[in-house]
Amino acid sequence: MHDDEIHPGSITLTEAAALPEDADWTGPTIRYDLVKEVTVAVVVVAMLAMVLALFFGSPDDAPVTIRQWSNAKPGDFLATALSELDGSSGSAGYGPPYNTAGTGQELGPVSAQQIVGVHIPLDTVNDFILAPLRQQAASTPAVGVVLAQWSAASSDQQTTWMTNYGDALPKGNQTGTGAFSVPPADDGPLPGLLSALLTLADSGALDADLTSSPNFYGTDYTKPLLFLSDSGYLADKGKAQNLSGSQWGMMNETGSYPGQAWLWLYTMWYQIPPMKTSHNADVEVWAIMMGFSLLLVFVPFIPGLRDIPRFVPVYRLVWQDHYRRLAAERVTPPAGSPPD
Amino acid sequence: MTQTDLEVKKDPNDAAPQPGDERMWTARVRGAAVRAFPPGKLLPDRQPSYVASWIYIFGVLTVAAFVVILASGVVLVVRGPSWWHISKIGLYFNSIHLWAVELFFFFMVIHLWGKFFMAAWRGRRRATWITGVVSFLVSVGAAFTGYISQQNFDSQWIATQAKDGINSTGVGAVFNVLDFGQMLLWHVLLLPVVVATLVGVHVLLVRRRGVVHPLPVRGTTVDPGS
Repeated sequence: MHDDEIHPGSITLTEAAALPEDADWTGPTIRYDLVKEVTVAVVVVAMLAMVLALFFGSPDDAPVTIRQWSNAKPGDFLATALSELDGSSGSAGYGPPYNTAGTGQELGPVSAQQIVGVHIPLDTVNDFILAPLRQQAASTPAVGVVLAQWSAASSDQQTTWMTNYGDALPKGNQTGTGAFSVPPADDGPLPGLLSALLTLADSGALDADLTSSPNFYGTDYTKPLLFLSDSGYLADKGKAQNLSGSQWGMMNETGSYPGQAWLWLYTMWYQIPPMKTSHNADVEVWAIMMGFSLLLVFVPFIPGLRDIPRFVPVYRLVWQDHYRRLAAERVTPPAGSPPD
Repeated sequence: MTQTDLEVKKDPNDAAPQPGDERMWTARVRGAAVRAFPPGKLLPDRQPSYVASWIYIFGVLTVAAFVVILASGVVLVVRGPSWWHISKIGLYFNSIHLWAVELFFFFMVIHLWGKFFMAAWRGRRRATWITGVVSFLVSVGAAFTGYISQQNFDSQWIATQAKDGINSTGVGAVFNVLDFGQMLLWHVLLLPVVVATLVGVHVLLVRRRGVVHPLPVRGTTVDPGS
């Protein structure tokens, strides 16, 4: 909050303009009520936020659950479960920090993921499939039978069953009763195993199993979110809301909200080659953004970059009154000031 | 304390140490603080005559939006993370929080680019620029952890999309965006403390160094980086 009245300083404006840039300003001043300005700003911004909140609200689409997914798209659920079992899912072959099945992304010869290693261990076969079924087996003996048959089989036999089940699964369909039927094949206990998992998911028990904590209280959703992110269901939901990577991804929110608009530069790199199709897109984009961030932080030390403001006349607009007064004072020096 | 000490005690409002106290840590810190921030600099009622443009308002608007973010955030913290999903009043406070964040970044970005084109790091003001830019970068992280702590579809989507970027840097091993509890604590405690500290230091530096002088025109030889 300031008034336009100029109060003389101990030196003229012309003299003050020649002061070293780190010197305290002793030239002409204006009244400036800082406390009043801060107070008014807080009130105005608070009112603005309250009005925007009143008219536009905020998005709150309910989270997706595994139960919803298995009920809505049982075929997709079974295909995802199979991919967790045979190691072909995104999570199963991810690499660090979840497992050693993948190499992680690389920037040139360096893989920070590999260097840091596994810190959030994930075994998709056990965590997503077998462990929940073992719990189910305690109350449903039939599940225990198929589990025992699966565990007793050789690795080659398991692979054959998974291949055959994977071939039959796309021909499966939902029956009139809502159950999902997969055509018979030489797939051993797999239909029984995965159909038990589907039943578990349909009831909501798998949501609880994957979020459960050995300490009763739990706040870590790593497992259910990784399982969901391997599905086509979550991806389709995101795409329907214009949220996929090719749609400027996570800077957006559901609905017509501005989202994290400040991430536009970060998201932009994913839309252009070579990052658009690179297997190392994430680490490449992060490297670019870290480089840009460091440039911005250290602008004052970088010749060329720090000179840009001198050549872009924005500053003339900002200080136009100052330059005008300075020019006027040079034409008509204040009374008592020494001649040039 | 002896009777003699009491007799020589000076005015408690005097910042200068008493004879013999000059080497005390407290006296030295007080002396340094008063030298760096005399009252006229800390809370000035005058500014140089060139501080007369709408661009100067965006710094204080950013601070004002930060205050609204903190206030609305405190209300959400008091009632807990589930409240705003089941209460209309809670949803309204969440909306205020969201829109204050949008305003915060809008004001901050204009402030930042305004200061860039004023070469506001001149005259020993580099630290002011650096704390401002770092505040912006940490604020992006603070907002991001807020988005993934919402416990709704947006948070599920953003977290699962963002994990690959964070994991690719190696940071994902200790900063797990899929761990709601960890992200919520970063959002409501660690990052706000860092942002508030940086903003506080930034404002104090502005007060200490003053508002940057106008760039010289006509035949300037001043290096904007000096």
